Amino acid sequence: MKKLTLTVSPHIHSPMDTRSMMKAVIVSLIPAVAASLFFYRWNALFVTLSCIAGCVSTEYALQKLRRKKVAIRDLSAILTGVLLAMVLPPATPLWMSFLGGVFAIALGKEVFGGLGHNIFNPALLARAFLMAAFPVTLTTWSNPFSVDAMTTATPLGIAKFEHVATSWVPLMLGNIGGCIGETSAIALVAGGLYLLYIKVVDYRIPVAYIGTVGLFSTVTHLVAPGSYVGPVFHLLAGGLLLGAFFMATDPVTSPVTAKGRWIFGIGCGLITMIIRLWGGLPEGVMYSILLMNAVTPLIDRFARPRRFGVTHGK
Amino acid sequence: MKLATFPGGIHPEYNKDISIREPLRVGAVPHTLVVPLSQHIGAPNQAVVKKGDIVEEGQVIGKSDSFVSSPVHSPVYGKVSDIKKAFHPVLGQTMSIFIEHDKEKEPKVYAPRDVMDMTAAEIIEKVHDAGLVGMGGAAFPTHVKLNVPQGKEIETLIINGAECEPYLTCDHALMTRCTEEILKGLKLLIKVINPKNVYIAIEINKKSAIFAFEKLIGKTSDPEISKIRIVPLGTKYPQGGEKQLIKAISGKEVPPGKLPLDIGFLIQNVGTVYAVYEAVYMDKPLIERIVTITGDCLYRPGNYLIKVGVTLKEILDNYGLELHRKPEKIIFGGPMMGIAQPDLEAPVIKSTSGILLLSEQKARSFEEGQCIKCAKCADVCPVRLVPTEIMKNVKKGFMDKAEGLCVLDCMECGSCAYICPARIPLVQYLKEGKAYVMKMKRGK
Repeated sequence: MKKLTLTVSPHIHSPMDTRSMMKAVIVSLIPAVAASLFFYRWNALFVTLSCIAGCVSTEYALQKLRRKKVAIRDLSAILTGVLLAMVLPPATPLWMSFLGGVFAIALGKEVFGGLGHNIFNPALLARAFLMAAFPVTLTTWSNPFSVDAMTTATPLGIAKFEHVATSWVPLMLGNIGGCIGETSAIALVAGGLYLLYIKVVDYRIPVAYIGTVGLFSTVTHLVAPGSYVGPVFHLLAGGLLLGAFFMATDPVTSPVTAKGRWIFGIGCGLITMIIRLWGGLPEGVMYSILLMNAVTPLIDRFARPRRFGVTHGK
Repeated sequence: MKLATFPGGIHPEYNKDISIREPLRVGAVPHTLVVPLSQHIGAPNQAVVKKGDIVEEGQVIGKSDSFVSSPVHSPVYGKVSDIKKAFHPVLGQTMSIFIEHDKEKEPKVYAPRDVMDMTAAEIIEKVHDAGLVGMGGAAFPTHVKLNVPQGKEIETLIINGAECEPYLTCDHALMTRCTEEILKGLKLLIKVINPKNVYIAIEINKKSAIFAFEKLIGKTSDPEISKIRIVPLGTKYPQGGEKQLIKAISGKEVPPGKLPLDIGFLIQNVGTVYAVYEAVYMDKPLIERIVTITGDCLYRPGNYLIKVGVTLKEILDNYGLELHRKPEKIIFGGPMMGIAQPDLEAPVIKSTSGILLLSEQKARSFEEGQCIKCAKCADVCPVRLVPTEIMKNVKKGFMDKAEGLCVLDCMECGSCAYICPARIPLVQYLKEGKAYVMKMKRGK
């Protein structure tokens, strides 16, 4: 008889592995990608594809260069590409999208040691880079259905500078100006709920993030309804839903402790609202998540779960 | 109704129904039995027979003078053919007694007798003499557990019928078939411990066992039996852990480094309670037990009554187990905490709850991937550790940091390694850290 296999316990494993988790997130983004194709047509598709191409080719090249095992198969680079495209304007030039992808993987991920070692969300880091390098392109928004014809302002921009709130129906559907992936609230919520349902993401960060924004905007709206628009608008507009479900929940760059995830989500919500209401920019989702990424190790250190069998104070 | 349970834990694939439907079968006794001298946690036993001796069924063949130890008995009438090192399913190599079974001799008949006037001390002595150990897997000598130290009091006695390990059904089979005997054994324990509350805790996936107990308790006129409460538990691994049971039933948490006894609890596995009945009522030592033989290689997985000392090879050759797939991995115990066996030499011992035969497809081993900090390990840890952080420190050799992260609290249930999407053997890193920290502490 052939030798029996000897391995350590446990001898059974959860069916979910890293690849299937990444795949699930990509699948959950399909409604948002489909909505972007509907509103921005081929532009959205080409931008998405060039982001993916930038990410995957960079990952391949760097892993070859460093003589590491090529891990394209884990799908994480493709996911980063899709996420990056989601936060770019539909009219972003393709070379710029590609460059963003290269940046995301090279300086957002591989430089830290690859999957699992990066501090910042690679897609958002790349967007921050593009924002700094090409501010005009990154804040030029297209009208839905007519990418080349004219430019428009995003609902958050209109709210900030003209104090006019876009009604919730177009925000829900997504026929508004904005980044490729953040236009349709319905599509984002559908994908987000799917991720929660199959337990690929934990509910704490989205609940804390969205809850904080909801509470904050309700209070400010009640105090000064003339200056601040209401919670429904803040929840549906801009990158909040995309950020709360798909960016802030990035496992690598968010806390591992349950308590830490509450703190992380609340922190994201507070920073977003401070920037949106009193900052110079109309939108604060990207910076809120990047800033909270930076303090994630610290949060984890101070938010350890209560030791089993020890009541507090000891 | 909300079922009692604990926070954390996992829900592995359900595989219990494949073995529970079959009737209990009695395993054949082979020509040669290999009985390890030590089958408990504690001081090792010495042989008290020598090569060539004729031994009776139930005769003591190994014992120790140490308090934390448990004697070993001959499972059959026969001749001691050898005493040498042989394979042990948990410890590797240990001294074992080889007994040639004399098939001509009629097996011993055990008849119940009246034990009502036995004192607590006499019951404990019987439990010791019969070689009882915890049958849930840990194999801690039962008489030690029953000897409650001066000044401590057991308020709550919990009978553990949770059986949370996937695939295993030996406790379920026992609870539905020997309900009355278990209650009789339990009465003896009540006499010894004199607890205020008595619970029998069973996961809700064993409805027939819950029903069997409730029926008997419902119609009894015995005041001691009627105060026993059946607690249906949520089905979740590791629900049968002592600390998880206490948490589920009372909400209390056993402090780190303490025993259930320190907060007034005593837990006994349901199989052990049955063994108490046999030991006291029938004077029968622990020489056989129910073992679940299961997995995806067998046509008819089921439960077998097997003598201690029957080797895996004998079972595969002579039990009529029809295999439709070649086993790639054979595990003693359940799939979560059981031990993979290198070959077919291992004998059934007192704590063998199951023998699991897994095909190549089920026994897949994985390459260790990169941690993506998904935190699933922390979410499922039943003692609220953050296994990924401990793992990283153990890997770097920062054992003092691992200690600071409470690595010693790890109960080694394997939930973290089960759930890890990167297939990191987290529990192994934690075990390594534990061993190192313990050594460090002893060195000081």
